[in-house]
Amino acid sequence: MGLIGESVGSIKSLQIRQVLTQGLSLGMIVTSALIIWKALMCITGSESPVVVVLSGSMEPGFKRGDILFLHMSKDPIRAGEIVVFNVDGREIPIVHRVIKVHERQDTGEVELLTKGDNNFGDDRLLYAHGQLWLQRHHIMGRAVGFLPYAGWVTIIMTEKPIFKYILIGVLGLLVITSKD
Amino acid sequence: MHSFGYRANAVLTFAVTILALMCAIASFSDNFNNPTPVAQVQVLNINWFQKQPHGNDEVSMTLNISADLQSLFTWNTKQVFVFLAAEYETPKNSLNQISLWDGIIPSKELAKFWIHTSNKYRFIDQGSNLRGKEFNLTMHWHIMPKTGKMSADKIVMPGYRLPEEYR
Repeated sequence: MGLIGESVGSIKSLQIRQVLTQGLSLGMIVTSALIIWKALMCITGSESPVVVVLSGSMEPGFKRGDILFLHMSKDPIRAGEIVVFNVDGREIPIVHRVIKVHERQDTGEVELLTKGDNNFGDDRLLYAHGQLWLQRHHIMGRAVGFLPYAGWVTIIMTEKPIFKYILIGVLGLLVITSKD
Repeated sequence: MHSFGYRANAVLTFAVTILALMCAIASFSDNFNNPTPVAQVQVLNINWFQKQPHGNDEVSMTLNISADLQSLFTWNTKQVFVFLAAEYETPKNSLNQISLWDGIIPSKELAKFWIHTSNKYRFIDQGSNLRGKEFNLTMHWHIMPKTGKMSADKIVMPGYRLPEEYR
C-alpha cells in the first residue's frame, strides 16, 4: 500500500508545470518507440521488421515465442530461405521454408511452394482455396536473424490482455510519478 | 532517487544490455569459422518417369547422398538444415529449384552421414521439359544459430541427366 499511497500523494503535490513536463516526457517515450519502429521498417524494407513465432511448425529451429528479424530486399527468393508470408483470407502471417521455386524467363515472376520443417506435408492446404503457388506479393520478408524467447512477452500480452493493461498502467504511473 | 523501483530498473536494464551484448558477440564469433564441407550424390535409379494427365512431367528417383558437414558446427550452432535441390532451366522458367530431400542435423556427431532414399518431395516440372534434361543437384545448408545471424551456403554438383524416354 505504501507505494500506491506515495504515488497518489506525489500526483497531488505536483505543480502544473511539472505535470506538463511529465506529460511531455511520456509523449517522448511513445514517439521515440514509434520512430525506432518506422526507422526499422525503412532499413529492412519489410512492413513488419520483427515477428514473433506463434506456432511450432518450424521446430526445432524456431520455437513458439522466438523473435525473428526480417529483411525484404530485391534479391530473388530461393529455395531454402525462410520467408514470412500472408495468405489471402488469413490474418496471421506464417513463417515457413521455401522448398520449390519456379522463376519465369520473360517476366522474372516467381512461384514458390513452402513447408514447415516440422510439418509432414507442404503448405498447399494452408493456402487459399485452389491456390497452388505463392507469388512475390504474398511475401512479407525473409528471416535473417533470430533471438530466442524474447517474444513471450508479446504472446502473453496478446493472449491474456489483462497483463497488457496492468503493464501499461504501471508503466504510465511510473512515468507520471517519477521525480527525476 | 535510490528507491527500490529505481534500483530494480537499473539492474534490469544492465542485465538486458549485457545479455544483448553477449548474444551479439556469440553471433559475431561465427565469422571466424571457415567450414570445408563435402558432399556427394549419386542417382542410383530412375524409378519411374511419366507425363501427368494435365501435361506436367514427373519423375521419381532413388538417390544416394553422402556428406560431411561437421565443420559447419560452432558453439553457437543450434542446428543445420540441409537439403538437396534439383536445379534446371526450361524455355518457360529461367530457374526451377525443386527440393528432393531435406533433413535437420541437430548435432556435430550426426553431421557426417550417408542416406539411401527416393525423393521425399515430388519432382514435377511446370510443363513437359524433363526428357533428356540436364540438371544440377545442389546441396544447400542453412545454419540456424542459438542466437543471431542465420547463414547459408551450397555445393553445386552439375552434370546429371534425365532419360530421353518416359518409363
